[in-house]
Amino acid sequence: MGWAFRRKKNIPGGLWDKCPKCAAMLQKRQLEESGGVCPQCGHHGRIGAARRIGVMLDAGSFVEIATDLKTSDPLEFAGYSGTIERSKKRSNVDEAAIVGHGRIEEMPVAFGTLDFHFVGGSMGIVVGDRIRAAAEHAFENETPLVLVSTSGGARMHEGALSLMQMAKTSAAIARLGETGLPYISILADPCTGGVIASFAALGDVILAEPGALIGFAGPRVIRTTIGTQLPEGFQTSEFLLEHGFIDRIVPRPTLKAEVAAILRNLMAGRERAAG
Amino acid sequence: MADRKEPRIGLPFERPIVELELKIGELQSLSESTGMNLNGELKPLKKKLERMTRDIYAKLEPYDVVQVARHPLRPQTSDYIAGMLDEYIELHGDRRFGDDRAITTGLARMRKHRFLLVGHRKGKETKENIACNWGCAHPEGYRKALLKMRLAERFKLPIVTFINTPGAYPGLGAEERGQAWAIAENIQVMSRLKTPVICVVIGEGGSGGALGIGVGDRVLMLQYAYYSVISPEGCAAILWKDGDKAPEAAGALRLTSADLKRLKIVDEVVPEPLGGAHRDSEAMIAMLQERLVALLDELGGISVETLVDQRYERLSQLGSA
Ligand SMILES: [Zn+2]
Repeated sequence: MGWAFRRKKNIPGGLWDKCPKCAAMLQKRQLEESGGVCPQCGHHGRIGAARRIGVMLDAGSFVEIATDLKTSDPLEFAGYSGTIERSKKRSNVDEAAIVGHGRIEEMPVAFGTLDFHFVGGSMGIVVGDRIRAAAEHAFENETPLVLVSTSGGARMHEGALSLMQMAKTSAAIARLGETGLPYISILADPCTGGVIASFAALGDVILAEPGALIGFAGPRVIRTTIGTQLPEGFQTSEFLLEHGFIDRIVPRPTLKAEVAAILRNLMAGRERAAG
Repeated sequence: MADRKEPRIGLPFERPIVELELKIGELQSLSESTGMNLNGELKPLKKKLERMTRDIYAKLEPYDVVQVARHPLRPQTSDYIAGMLDEYIELHGDRRFGDDRAITTGLARMRKHRFLLVGHRKGKETKENIACNWGCAHPEGYRKALLKMRLAERFKLPIVTFINTPGAYPGLGAEERGQAWAIAENIQVMSRLKTPVICVVIGEGGSGGALGIGVGDRVLMLQYAYYSVISPEGCAAILWKDGDKAPEAAGALRLTSADLKRLKIVDEVVPEPLGGAHRDSEAMIAMLQERLVALLDELGGISVETLVDQRYERLSQLGSA
């Protein structure tokens, strides 16, 4: 799985990254400012949790919660603890979900993001518990919930317990929905398997970044099953918009403003009722 | 025991059992056709068969269990419907796209209980297998299940689901029609249904396709069923780039009923007849029927508000130490 904007090792100082789509050489500072979007071709690179929080929330407003949840190895799955340790070093996060609360254009929200650099953003018990914690934080504090999902699916190494996180997170979203508080789901590249087949698909409003791979089964699995090549553009954000499964495609630079605008609309009735 | 004259489909580890079963069958038909009394020969052979079956089944490896769960003669949803229910009125279609034969839904009566039954259907022979897509449902199958479950909720009928699928179908149409969305919505709605829900993994519990009709107040699993986040073959292919390592993957994934009971994913393991459900469908159906009657009695005595709260708690704790 190619990380977007892989560091070019032979360039002194590591000041440059290469766009995986148009191969343009880009200054890291430039990419930092654009939130990981290639200024040449508009390709949306995969970004980690810290940069995602920077893109989505008011500066300095994020407070992380559920930090005490630690990855365990309930199945004693061969090689899993090593995988976790390597991922921690590589990704700058301690698990594939970082959740908490913060503000979007001054509005308080519960917020969570997956980080694809940590075991492919896969959902195990900690991810399930953190997404639930974010939904429950929204429930208890009567704020909207905003989640950014990017994931290869359920985490194999935690077996059926990972599968059950689909039910855990979906139940928490359902309970929040009963209160009339909005949940905005944002899909980033890639978003497949158990994450899109649970909480990521359950947004009251679903937004996707341009060109993201989004689908239940991975393209390779489908190719093997049907034995032919997949049509051009299959399982992209644009394909899902066309088939009616997402509300809008929003480029990263305008994502925060759009989420804020949508929330202001969805929260208006509630605020009117509260007088 | 099944008809001895019928050639059995044997799993590799079952070969000694199947050979002995055939031998006993031959002696029995010889005795029947000639009137010869062969009890002297038959009795020790039957004893030996029982002992051998017990020994072999006591030592099943996880991947052997997967093979038993997939056995073509294993009782399926249609067998439970025929053997367990006093009435079944099938209700077709999702009123959106079509009628997916990989999932059956209908109004069921079993003794004094009336409920909605939802079950994966694999089919028995090739033509039926194709019609049912080997139990791999499309979005319309999950949406049919959802529509009928909402019907059951409105009319205060409990829901019983039978899970038996290798997985939700990974194909072009399934993606175009929102497989992920269909499964997610089912899981979400089932977690809040204001009616009792009992789920039974009767064979293959293949990932999201299983969970799509698998969220309930009680989750049961037959002894030799399996339930997994990914097929052992798929897991081996991803982890070790080698589908032949499926037996190792089956062990690593902890997918047997005993594992899932220990992990608290499953509330109750329903024992199977000696040598697996495929050796004695009738006994299997009767055993499960007893448990379902008892559970429907029990859950019927709990208020739906309490059920929904307890269901949320149950799901919240999955995997938490
Ligand atoms: Zn580019």
